Amino acid sequence: MNLDTKGDAAGTPHNSAPEDGTRRSFIKQAGGILGLALAPPLISQAERLTAFSKTVEGVSTMTLKVNGTARTIQAEPRVSLLDALREYLDLTGTKKGCDHGQCGACTVLVEGRRINSCLTLAVMNQGKEITTIEGLAKGEELHPMQQAFLKHDGLQCGYCTPGQILSGVACVQEGHATTDDQVREWMSGNLCRCGAYPNIVAAVREVAGKA
Amino acid sequence: MDNEPAFFETNGPGTGGIVGQPLDRVDGFAKVTGQAKYSAEYKLPGLTYGVLRTSEIARGKIQSIDTSVAAKEPGVLAILTHLNLPKLAKTPNDPDSKKAIGAPMGFLPLTSDQVHYAGQPVALVVADTYDRAVHAASLVKVNYAVEKPVVSFLDPKAQVFDPEKVQDGKTPGHTRRGNPQEAFAASPIQLTATYEHAINHHNPMEPGATTAVWEGPDRVTVYESTQGVTRTQKALSAMLGLPTEQVRVVTKYLGGGFGCKGSTWPHTILTVQAAKAVGRPVRLSLTRPQQFTSMGHREDQHQTLKLGATREGRLTALIHEKTSTTSPWDNYAEPNSRIINLLYNCPAFESTYQLGRANVMTSTFTRAPGEAPGSFAIECSMDDLAAQLGIDPLQIRLLNYADKDPTNGKPWSSKSLKQCYARGAELFGWSKRNPKNGATRQGRYLMGMGMATASYPVHNNQGTARIRLYADGHALVQTGATDLGTGTYTVMTQVAADSLGIAPDKVRFELGDTRLPTAPNSGGSVAAGTVSSSIYMAAQDVWQKLTKLAIQDKKSPLYRAKAADVVAEKGRLVLKTDKTKGEDFMALMKRADMPDIEGSGQGKYGAGYETGRAPGPADSGHEDDKGGHSMHSFGVHFCEVRVDPEVGTVRVTRWVSVHGAGRILNAKTARSQIIGGSIFGIGNALMEETFRDPNLARYTNASLGEYHIPVNADIPDMTVEFIDEHDPYINAMGVKGIGEISMVGVAAAVANAVFHATGKRIRSLPITPDKVMNSLAV
Amino acid sequence: MNNFSYTPAATAKEALGLRKDTKEAAFIAGGTTLLDLMKANVEAHPQLIDINQLPFKGIQETADGLRIGALERMSDVGENALVMQQYPVIAEALLLSASPQLRNMASIGGNLLQRTRCGYFRDPAFPCNKRNPGSGCPAQVGDNRNLAILGTSEACIATNPGDLAVALVALDAVVVLENAKGKQRRVPLLDFHLLPGTTPQRETILEPDELIVAVTVPAAAHARKSHYVKVRDRASYAFALVSAAVGLEVQGGQIRSARLALGGVGTKPWRALEAEKMLVGRAATEETFRTAAAAAVRGAQPREHNRFKVEMAQKTLVQALQELMAS
Repeated sequence: MNLDTKGDAAGTPHNSAPEDGTRRSFIKQAGGILGLALAPPLISQAERLTAFSKTVEGVSTMTLKVNGTARTIQAEPRVSLLDALREYLDLTGTKKGCDHGQCGACTVLVEGRRINSCLTLAVMNQGKEITTIEGLAKGEELHPMQQAFLKHDGLQCGYCTPGQILSGVACVQEGHATTDDQVREWMSGNLCRCGAYPNIVAAVREVAGKA
Repeated sequence: MDNEPAFFETNGPGTGGIVGQPLDRVDGFAKVTGQAKYSAEYKLPGLTYGVLRTSEIARGKIQSIDTSVAAKEPGVLAILTHLNLPKLAKTPNDPDSKKAIGAPMGFLPLTSDQVHYAGQPVALVVADTYDRAVHAASLVKVNYAVEKPVVSFLDPKAQVFDPEKVQDGKTPGHTRRGNPQEAFAASPIQLTATYEHAINHHNPMEPGATTAVWEGPDRVTVYESTQGVTRTQKALSAMLGLPTEQVRVVTKYLGGGFGCKGSTWPHTILTVQAAKAVGRPVRLSLTRPQQFTSMGHREDQHQTLKLGATREGRLTALIHEKTSTTSPWDNYAEPNSRIINLLYNCPAFESTYQLGRANVMTSTFTRAPGEAPGSFAIECSMDDLAAQLGIDPLQIRLLNYADKDPTNGKPWSSKSLKQCYARGAELFGWSKRNPKNGATRQGRYLMGMGMATASYPVHNNQGTARIRLYADGHALVQTGATDLGTGTYTVMTQVAADSLGIAPDKVRFELGDTRLPTAPNSGGSVAAGTVSSSIYMAAQDVWQKLTKLAIQDKKSPLYRAKAADVVAEKGRLVLKTDKTKGEDFMALMKRADMPDIEGSGQGKYGAGYETGRAPGPADSGHEDDKGGHSMHSFGVHFCEVRVDPEVGTVRVTRWVSVHGAGRILNAKTARSQIIGGSIFGIGNALMEETFRDPNLARYTNASLGEYHIPVNADIPDMTVEFIDEHDPYINAMGVKGIGEISMVGVAAAVANAVFHATGKRIRSLPITPDKVMNSLAV
Repeated sequence: MNNFSYTPAATAKEALGLRKDTKEAAFIAGGTTLLDLMKANVEAHPQLIDINQLPFKGIQETADGLRIGALERMSDVGENALVMQQYPVIAEALLLSASPQLRNMASIGGNLLQRTRCGYFRDPAFPCNKRNPGSGCPAQVGDNRNLAILGTSEACIATNPGDLAVALVALDAVVVLENAKGKQRRVPLLDFHLLPGTTPQRETILEPDELIVAVTVPAAAHARKSHYVKVRDRASYAFALVSAAVGLEVQGGQIRSARLALGGVGTKPWRALEAEKMLVGRAATEETFRTAAAAAVRGAQPREHNRFKVEMAQKTLVQALQELMAS
């Protein structure tokens, strides 16, 4: 079915960094910052300098490894992994439902483990393998979990769906999909307001059965 | 053509065999791959971010508002307050303008220094990144002259009054049929019960979101998370003072709505004004806490139901009173009395609404508005009547079965409730129910079985659709409807495929844009019936045009046939009398050198359909057809619960729903929708409650962590069936719609099962463990 | 959130040194409490010090029990074979906490520092003595359905929301802390959390220049035979209305040692020492359990909406003990 999902999105790439106002955008360099006079004697100068060399402040360059590709953004350290994906990389398949770890819509896999991307910072996740819903299918060939969600109608509005699917993939990998009740418990970190739960259980169980 | 029929004759809708099939969602691929774009996901050049700053207090006056610190934050582009909001042509603050706008609330924040409710927007900050806007919003300093708020209708300070009408003028404040007071007084069986309902919030997973782009000084496009692009367009154009064609509203994907996205709320127009102020696109997504104070809620309410009956269990009188909280400006109450009035055969009825004004925003329709809480009252009381008389709960309902609409004596356009009862009871194993309450144990648990009837009216409405059929065999089908996740994309693709006699994958179906033919709001269960009928009618228009072409075409096998003798069947025009004689549309169009042909159709739903009368404005409420039929869908829910008698936890362990709702367009998505509505109702029954602080009138649990909606582990496998029902009176497709009825009666079915399990009746929703535990301690 | 700076620390010394430089800096491990509260404007920190690279890892059997590194994730501890077999109450408490995603993120140390879910604390629009000392406690006469009945004060009735801490406090766990000088001290978890009193803003004895290194739990028969029961408003992904952690050593039907703790009812993870005494030396019967449960809630001071917790806590304790005996 050819549904127009992109027709209205102006496809201009948006890699421009937010303006940093009066502040200088930088990664603090060793020796670049003083205030060392207040250094407590117990910590060696060398250690302090190492720490400063790693401090990220203001708009900075970050590299995220998303779906196998290294992507660079210019963002402040306060940017959550979720917002980095949605607002800086235009990977809007990862959803914001609550922004507080209370709904699971933002679930992604980091180093193969499911997490809530709203409660971690992009800057903390540099160098880690991040998998989002956009990285699950191989071209037009859907991941078995995506296929099972279609077949069992494990979705209605679709907003919790990417998180459900990634959670489902992890649930099977973890070995937590051996019974219906186990799936119900281990998929409870993903709220669905449309109420697709029984169908989600069917989808996850089917994939687990094939695994 | 002299003898051109008013309706082009086919063998009827759905003859292609695609309608009704459990087709996978056609928008499923986009949704499972993350490609579906919701309203806060459009990437636009120069995009900026809007964030609301909302009021901490519930009542008072803004004495001063200092934006200087916030404005100095890097990236901040504008801060709108009541002091500088660009002027609007109309605001809902004036009652007449409110009507013209179609606004749900008679107050627009940022138009005065008054604070009327906690969470009311007091500023809107725009910045170049989301985080900067959020932080800057927190730096706006607001000084309030604080006044003591009125918290709810229960607050001693609240003035409770008798409104002339409620539900924004749609429902009379007082209704009477027969002599209910006398009948009740004379009844040998008299039951009086009060039911309490907590505040509920819709909480769609996608929070309200608006992305506004001004393409010129007087032309704006708004990507809006709404259940109705047309209604939003109307509201915005009225407020902006722009012709509707200069306001485009787009909603391609909607992350749930359940009623809260059925109206245009303040954040939308404020975002549009912010975009105008900064001269760049502005995207605003409500935070989850803001969602609780931005798009309405189901109001806190008490209902008292007096039920009179004979010793045999026949109803003699129903007297219903509802008191609920409303806002300082509006008389909103969901119409609970509607279902109580019509569900059973009862000669006398009275309903009264009372309202108490408090410092809260206006409540709004929430899935099955009125029918959901109304059914809780009537269906619990019917269960009590059954228990008191020692009659099976299903039997008491059959005893009072309404063979015609008791409110007006009209016949039903269709009603399959008896079949629903019978099939549901069979699937559920109702006959195994122990007639004694509190007597079924499973280990240390108490088990209970409950049931309740569901019903929902067919509201009158209308919509239009356009079809462009191409000679290469595919079609473009367009209508400005929305898909909340209910399956509109999918079922309309099926309807179009069947009506045109082509495969579903040859149909490209587009919705969610005011540039498309207008369609009603997706709400009140009207979308499926209205939109499917408009598509069906548009297809008929195409066939009529093609017939004209064929019978004038010397090379056509139908040359010189009478139009009335031609029918369309599986993509072919054929003679009614000899179906081997005819041709497919592709051959006909190619020969005529016609690359495509367009047709349009108007679908009428409910009262407007049968009488041919143009219905009133969209969602004007239920009105029985002038042709003499009462139009409703009916169904039944059966529920089994397991109650922990020690700590009071309730788990639903089995569920069966059977509905008669006209034609079912897709067996798979329809089942999902019924399951979803039942789960929504289970949340309402067992856990959903927003708590308003009794002194400060501010919500204390405005989050998905503390406002509990059901999780996967709360829900068992569910069985859903439909009774095959043909209703010729409601619309061309015979579709009643199932979005609301799926939730009606659910809370009562759960409560009745708890009653059966424990022998204790809990009339206060939600039925949380503490209430069950306390009921058993007595 | 305010625009903080971010520094990953490689060693405890480095992390604590940075904290000394910037008093208001915060350590971040899983981030599930910290970022949640920063987004809600409940907390603001100019700097976040990432401690995830610190070597506070490992789930080990030691000579006298169990040692869990503070940076181990809840999910890994909850499904660790040693923990599941020898300390089931810990594993059960962990797997009944939060959601699989949050458990994959949240660290053990961070979980012990989890802050209350009191709605007044979590929303800066409300007065709250814990967040803003001296501003008042509207919860006393407001929405207190899920607030504490034990250890409350006029200033604060916020519930400690933990599950893990309840299991750990039952089993006499000890928190290992390290300061900037590299010096370690061991504090029983029982003494780690503070009662609100007049200073509800102070929640633990953790000093600003200290980090949680590990938690140790002594091996014991009552640890091997232990169990966690959690009662909540929905079946999963919810904080406890009431929870109970119980451990028993029973020989010949007689209780030799007992460990009881309650969650969801106390302003800190609530060890029921008096109730334990009423079990030891008695027969493991329902009657004994009921007597002990009554002792566990003695002195409870419920408010308008949380009266039910007095009874629910007792029933949950009895249920946990019965299930333990049946297992």
